[in-house]
Amino acid sequence: MSVDAATVRRIAHLARIAVTDAEVPHLQGELNAMLAFVEQLSEVNVDGVEPMTSVTPMEMKKRADIVDDGNIADDVVANAPATEDHFFLVPKVVE
Amino acid sequence: MTDLTSLTLAEARDGLATKSFTSVELTDAHLQAMERARVLNAYVLETPEQARAMARAADDKIAKGEGGPLGGIPLGIKDLFATKGVRTTACSKILDDFKPTYESTVTSQLWRDGAVLLGKLNNDEFAMGSSNETSCFGPVVNPWRRNGSDTKLVPGGSSGGSASAVAAGLCLGATGTDTGGSIRQPAAFAGIVGIKPTYGRCSRWGVVAFASSLDQAGPFARTVRDSAILLRSMAGHDPKDTTSVNREVPDYEAAVGRSIKGLKIGIPKEYRLDGMPAEIEKLWTQGAEWLKAAGAELVEVSLPHTKYALPAYYIVAPAEASSNLARYDGVRYGARVPGNNIVEMYENTRAAGFGAEVRRRVMIGTYVLSAGYYDAYYLRAQKVRTLIKKDFEDCFANGVHAILTPATPSAAFGIGEKAGADPVEMYLNDIFTVTVNMAGLPGIAVPAGKDAQGLPLGLQLIGRPFDEETLFSAGEVIEQAAGRFTPAKWWE
Repeated sequence: MSVDAATVRRIAHLARIAVTDAEVPHLQGELNAMLAFVEQLSEVNVDGVEPMTSVTPMEMKKRADIVDDGNIADDVVANAPATEDHFFLVPKVVE
Repeated sequence: MTDLTSLTLAEARDGLATKSFTSVELTDAHLQAMERARVLNAYVLETPEQARAMARAADDKIAKGEGGPLGGIPLGIKDLFATKGVRTTACSKILDDFKPTYESTVTSQLWRDGAVLLGKLNNDEFAMGSSNETSCFGPVVNPWRRNGSDTKLVPGGSSGGSASAVAAGLCLGATGTDTGGSIRQPAAFAGIVGIKPTYGRCSRWGVVAFASSLDQAGPFARTVRDSAILLRSMAGHDPKDTTSVNREVPDYEAAVGRSIKGLKIGIPKEYRLDGMPAEIEKLWTQGAEWLKAAGAELVEVSLPHTKYALPAYYIVAPAEASSNLARYDGVRYGARVPGNNIVEMYENTRAAGFGAEVRRRVMIGTYVLSAGYYDAYYLRAQKVRTLIKKDFEDCFANGVHAILTPATPSAAFGIGEKAGADPVEMYLNDIFTVTVNMAGLPGIAVPAGKDAQGLPLGLQLIGRPFDEETLFSAGEVIEQAAGRFTPAKWWE
């Protein structure tokens, strides 16, 4: 399979990465090189094979459903580019 | 006094214990060496004040007999590990001036055991790369040069700063992370030892995530013994990482020097590639002979799905990366580039913040997970991964204790030499290491010889799950036979 220019723009939008028209042909070439490389997987017989979900066999650990942290609002927003009163500031979302 | 930066970690530990020198002296010697070696670009942040404060504290503890297993030992930390109050960037512009308000579990255990932080080490952006050329801080220079040449070579990647710093004597050991070979490949390129432990052995908490089902932390050091000492402190159960295994951490150092008599070592025929350089072939044969001379039994084994590991990796790893890196949106941390609405703000932030390799992998990951393609790519790759793991399980079930392979298909290459249009050429560097991540196994790279141009080459030993001890024992045999490799300090 290979991707066309429209698909490259669609993937970029899904990935939330702005691309300029000038960048599309180059990205298309790179993505198609990767897709051509992984194409060889289609020759593997995977009938009846379970997909891997956990590389080290283990039971999923669960912790008690209790609050064991908190009151660190200063820490949570410490690295944010824009905040006000412990809220993250973003461009207007609701009209 | 001897040059304190040329000691092994074990020698430094012994010297501190016998009061031959102090941690402050040891730390200062390394800080000075770092200053002289800035041309290597191994450190992206030096923390001399913190280092001296930690060294003084370590000296006080050592005086009271409470030094700890790493008391007063100066280390470098890959910039993928969150260090409290110390800038952590994953060498990406998108993290900007991020200063974590918490400490990664692995580094907190190193400080618990008395180690000293010298600074943060360069790496490929978000650990995506095999040459350390994708870092937003620029490439790292390998301390090794070809005979009679001053061409700058890459140290490998993604943990290139760690490999370069350890090889150049800019720390006694360093942390790294390995998703497809990012510890073992740079260790081989720099003539040092690097081990990726079994998946689940070291906590991933506080380590910037690339591909969560493959990422694993591990140490770099100049000897097998030193890497065993470091891994013991780094490993262990952490309730904060659900994939961290609750299993006792052995005294790995005790495995160094243990006899390998009677061990069955597998030589996988699928790793004998067409067009493999004769030097690599020769090194591999030599390694097998050393193990045999030490009493091991060598057997040919088959890992039939080997050739599919790299293509499957380049579906699984980008898919997980696209999901993990969704968090970098310019809202909670890092850089922000404004837009007319929130989606534009996200898109502009990520376009400006991610480098070309990261953008490429996030996009391919997004594609293979998107509606209509998930089954054909991602699900199939995860099934192939099951088959790759089964190859190893079958081999171990036949009584094989460890597997010997080359670590890399070549020695270090020049900076910019593989900057061609096809990204796949760079990916082939990890052809011998990536299978190990796909199967969650431990793997160690040990320097074993030099190529015709005088550059170090490494061998890899792959072990059974949680049997790092056998890797240290067999690795030590190779180290004893091959000797150690130290680059000339042309930068001083």
